[in-house]
Amino acid sequence: MKLHELTAYELGERLASGEVSAVEVTEAHFARIDEVEPKVDAFLTLTRDQALEQARQIDDLRAGGEKLGPLAGVPIAIKDVLCTRGVQTTCGSKILEGFHPPYDATTVRRCRDAGMPMVGKANMDEFAMGSSTENSAYQVTRNPWDLDRVPGGSSGGSAAAVAAGLAPIALGSDTGGSIRQPASLCGISGLKPTYGRVSRYGLIAYASSLDQVGPLAKDVRDCALTMNVLAGRDQRDATSADVPVPDYVAALTGDVSGLRAGVPRELMGEGIDPQVKATIEAAITELEGLGMSVEEVGMPNVDFSLAVYYLIATAEAASNLARFDGVRFGHRTDEAVEDVYDLFAKSRGEGFGPEVRLRIMLGTFALSAGYYDAYYLKAQKVRTLIKQDFDAAFEDHDVLLSPTSPTVAFGIGEKADDPLQMKLADICTIPVNLAGIPALSIPCGMVDSMPVGLQIMGRPFAEDTIMRVGDAYQQATDWHTMRAEL
Amino acid sequence: MPDVARDVVEHVSTLARLALSSEEIDRLQHEMGRILEHADKLQAVNTDEIQGTSHVIPMTNVYREDQVGESLTPEEVVGNAPDAADDFFKVPRIVED
Repeated sequence: MKLHELTAYELGERLASGEVSAVEVTEAHFARIDEVEPKVDAFLTLTRDQALEQARQIDDLRAGGEKLGPLAGVPIAIKDVLCTRGVQTTCGSKILEGFHPPYDATTVRRCRDAGMPMVGKANMDEFAMGSSTENSAYQVTRNPWDLDRVPGGSSGGSAAAVAAGLAPIALGSDTGGSIRQPASLCGISGLKPTYGRVSRYGLIAYASSLDQVGPLAKDVRDCALTMNVLAGRDQRDATSADVPVPDYVAALTGDVSGLRAGVPRELMGEGIDPQVKATIEAAITELEGLGMSVEEVGMPNVDFSLAVYYLIATAEAASNLARFDGVRFGHRTDEAVEDVYDLFAKSRGEGFGPEVRLRIMLGTFALSAGYYDAYYLKAQKVRTLIKQDFDAAFEDHDVLLSPTSPTVAFGIGEKADDPLQMKLADICTIPVNLAGIPALSIPCGMVDSMPVGLQIMGRPFAEDTIMRVGDAYQQATDWHTMRAEL
Repeated sequence: MPDVARDVVEHVSTLARLALSSEEIDRLQHEMGRILEHADKLQAVNTDEIQGTSHVIPMTNVYREDQVGESLTPEEVVGNAPDAADDFFKVPRIVED
């Protein structure tokens, strides 16, 4: 097997035994990038020299007898939403073209400290707003399973990079499904942690009460290895939780007997492609065979998730994106301006793409005098009801199961015209962000030769439980070992 | 909801400090209307006794020691600015003589 086909865990074992060097592993992934990146277009920036330099340092440390972590020398791709010191960070937007952050995001720093060479910055929907990566201001990323289809989004570059063997692990961010949905569409595993489990410091904010950083990888074990690096309190993010971090790899016991699963009927009904639904039902039967009990649950307020999300997320985005004003960083208009307000308005109008402009306008509207109570406050109240539905479901169930995406990957350009159609791609993932809980997507079958993802949701801070379920499924099946041919 | 009224879109664009072309206002009247129409289904939900959720994981005030940590140099702070001089960001005049 070639090095780019191995999982991070397998690479880590070979690195620790001295069978391969970090430089060899990194060079193998860049050789793969040279070969297939022109077809996939997963990256906005490649950082070959830096990656090889870090790999050399890891090899030197290992040669010197240093005790290194299990991911030392394993390459990683970073979504361009995370600040990387000295490396251009655009967030998929023209407004940040040329921006070179003077600091690392905490998650990026943790990966550096774990000895993971960064191969590059992955493409994404502009400001993480989208479900296909078509909203990137720079390029369209293609699904490695079918180059005419989207990889999902907004972490589409991260997902395509892992699925194409360009990096064994990638970091993404998830506000309404942006890790899980592209993981599902690209046939890989992806975890959105509990809100507060992973630091958001240096994550360019979209919707601050929903955003989380997490891993995309070839299997659940690699997600667990990465979570051992990422999780934990960070003084630089006051919303990061002071909750003990378990050993997520040790939690993968393979034993799920006695666990109780619920299947929310609202996430298996209208709008779910029948073949996707049948594939999910087969995966659920498989989990029953491993000793889990399964029953249907009702979560009536979940039906309002999309409406709640599009008010809360856009309101928070309108506030967060106020910082892009052409003064401290990013694009400034070349046109003559009357005053500083004109400078802001023209710079922003030129720098933001259409979807970002739409969401800023919607959010500003929802927060404006006369509409605040009817839209923003109302959405926050219905959010409470949705959270209560999850709390009730988790009283009797350890995990909840659903499709990750209602369909397999759709064609490039297919949904680009209707603002609501694209948003329906996220109906199964959005409720999870509103409730703040963790959820995992794992491949569980194929429809039309394209991967289908099973979503496993858990109680707050129960990443260990949902990864135990996902890993047990992967020990019993081999969907996660299928690779796209390029 | 039908299209959002043009004067509402123009007012919101002023609040958002976002310069829009005339065609862009046409587009936004329609697309905002389409999404707000979907959002209007929330009006049917009874939320009389319900508190809004702004932070989903229970957490009270977070304190830390007031200690000086590592920070950026002035050069790093202004290093990405489109226009800067002497460690200051430069903007058009904002105070009249």
